[in-house]
Amino acid sequence: MNEVTLVLEAGRAEQHYWRDLWRYRDLFLILAWRDVSVRYKQTFIGVAWAVVRPFLTMVIFTVVFGKLAKLPSEGNAPYALLVFAGMLPWTLFSSALTGAADSMIASSQLVGKVYFPRMIIPVATVVTALIDFLVSLSILVAVMIWYRFAPGWPILLLPAFVALALLASIGPGLWIAALNLKYRDFRYLIPFLVQIGLYVCPVGFSSSVIPAEYRLLYSLNPMVGIIDGFRWSILGGESPLYLPGFALSLLVIAFFLWLGISRFRATERSFADLI
Amino acid sequence: MSDVVIRAEGLGKRYVIGHETQRERYSSLRDSIARGVRTFARKAGDLAHGRPIIQGDELEEVWALSDLDFEIHRGEVVGIIGRNGAGKSTLLKVLSRITEPTVGRVQISGRVASLLEVGTGFHPELSGRENIYLNGAILGMSRAEIRRKFDEIVAFAEVEKFLDTPVKRYSSGMYVRLAFAVAAHLDPEIFIVDEVLAVGDGEFQRKCLGRMSEVARDGRTVLFVSHNMAAVQTLCSRGILLHAGGLVAEGSINSVVETYVAKGAPSVVGNALLRRKLSDSLTLEKLAIEPNPATAGCGVAFAIEFTSAEPLRMTELSVLIYSNLGVRVAIVDLRMAQSTHRVSPTEPLRFRGRVFDLPLVEGVYSIGLFVACGDLRSDVYDLTSLEILRSAPRSELAPYASRDRGLLDLRSEFDVV
Repeated sequence: MNEVTLVLEAGRAEQHYWRDLWRYRDLFLILAWRDVSVRYKQTFIGVAWAVVRPFLTMVIFTVVFGKLAKLPSEGNAPYALLVFAGMLPWTLFSSALTGAADSMIASSQLVGKVYFPRMIIPVATVVTALIDFLVSLSILVAVMIWYRFAPGWPILLLPAFVALALLASIGPGLWIAALNLKYRDFRYLIPFLVQIGLYVCPVGFSSSVIPAEYRLLYSLNPMVGIIDGFRWSILGGESPLYLPGFALSLLVIAFFLWLGISRFRATERSFADLI
Repeated sequence: MSDVVIRAEGLGKRYVIGHETQRERYSSLRDSIARGVRTFARKAGDLAHGRPIIQGDELEEVWALSDLDFEIHRGEVVGIIGRNGAGKSTLLKVLSRITEPTVGRVQISGRVASLLEVGTGFHPELSGRENIYLNGAILGMSRAEIRRKFDEIVAFAEVEKFLDTPVKRYSSGMYVRLAFAVAAHLDPEIFIVDEVLAVGDGEFQRKCLGRMSEVARDGRTVLFVSHNMAAVQTLCSRGILLHAGGLVAEGSINSVVETYVAKGAPSVVGNALLRRKLSDSLTLEKLAIEPNPATAGCGVAFAIEFTSAEPLRMTELSVLIYSNLGVRVAIVDLRMAQSTHRVSPTEPLRFRGRVFDLPLVEGVYSIGLFVACGDLRSDVYDLTSLEILRSAPRSELAPYASRDRGLLDLRSEFDVV
């Protein structure tokens, strides 16, 4: 029997945190599976919600930005496709962020009664967002077939951009999840930020609309790099990737990931007292 | 060889709580605004320093645990007792890593499983089968481990037929059985249990107690918090008595329970009866038994008080004593031969009396009333409870466990002829 001696002391960081996290991987899978399987119970159209919502948003954005505002598309790509290639990562990011930020409060019952590495909770909710994303990916395929639009080789890099979008949401998600327990204000702030973000990020329009001299500044928003990446990988040559901006977005994502993890870890052990 | 598996040194846990100050009934607008500004300024200060926000006008520090030192050895079954607010639950929370201590340190060797609540994380929409996996994972079991023990868990919980029904359709009894069954199949080296036996029906409680002593016999360490002194005495070998966050007594379970009783600590299940409306007009104001806990074989005094919104005649009244399995053990008949009791808005009905000896086996007994008064004629259960403690042993031999001794503690003698 390998004996583990554990020392509990004020302010002492968990020594075996990452090993513990690995030991509790089953809990992570089960919590993620629970969130997914409970999500559409007792709803009439069930998983179809994951299809209907992004589809309607796409139609509205195409009409408003493409037809009424007459913003330019990327090359010859149909505007609807441009919008949808932006909506996919944005929805993934925003629902993962919202879910993660709310998760600690939603699971306060668990946190007060059982020990496990708390990071499992917000990260497991991200899986729900990923599943919804995969479902709505099927609309993208349908729209592409409708417009008879064949993607090029960059489509192979799509999974990498999906992973980036998840990392981008986990960083701030962890940070806000920890803050949310202390200051419930964030509960009201997050839906508001997500609503604004939809217009601040290049979801309904192409980021090439932004004047060239502001483009690098604009890329401080990590979602700009990710949405550009999605467009590049789906629309291929029609939407060239703006590399300096993309690199900057990567840096910002890495910074938030570091910030989120370290803030979460620092406050994690007092969570039970805050609930 | 009994080596130390848990060692606490100078352990303390502080909470900061907020109070609302007593407000004047009619405070001026200016006062309200001034108070609002003050509160806001304090919150802003908290935010700037990264401290949590605490509601209330005045802050107070409370030490839920202070300066605890103790050691627990491998294979010991330790009962942690004390009255409400003594810090028992906080101690368990610190030991199970849910919250960190404010000062001091604890050293723990071995895998800990803690059960502070039955059915933590159960999801009402999920089926029994799914909840077994969910709850098992939450308590720290791997999927392979749960799969291996799945059939055992289901058999223990007796829910085979409803495995694929969402647990929101379960009766509360089934729910608790399933929840405990998962927990009972944990395989830790140190098991921390908080008052979980207080739930479920008697039959199931017995099963749980049995399971706990099985765990203990396997040489694992068990920490057990309960208000049920009889359960603690049956199960535990050592005891720790907490009072106001500090350690008051430590040693063999019987001596610690004695100290607890001597301190006159009213058990929570004891006399705390709030008013209870029995019918539209009749209210039970008081139902008290002294002393409570009482010692087996000794006498107790009781006091009962009724009030009524209209003049009523109470034709019958009895005090009912039930075992924790719900068996009616005895009644105290309070009828009068010549007249009937009367109660009216101006004249409450009061009883005082005593029972000369209560030859009951130790345990918690539920106290009810049978009342016939006006339109009301029924048994009223679970009004309060009476705790009976083991009397001084009458022979050199250790007595059998209380669950094996029936309900009555008979006095007897014999000769070998």
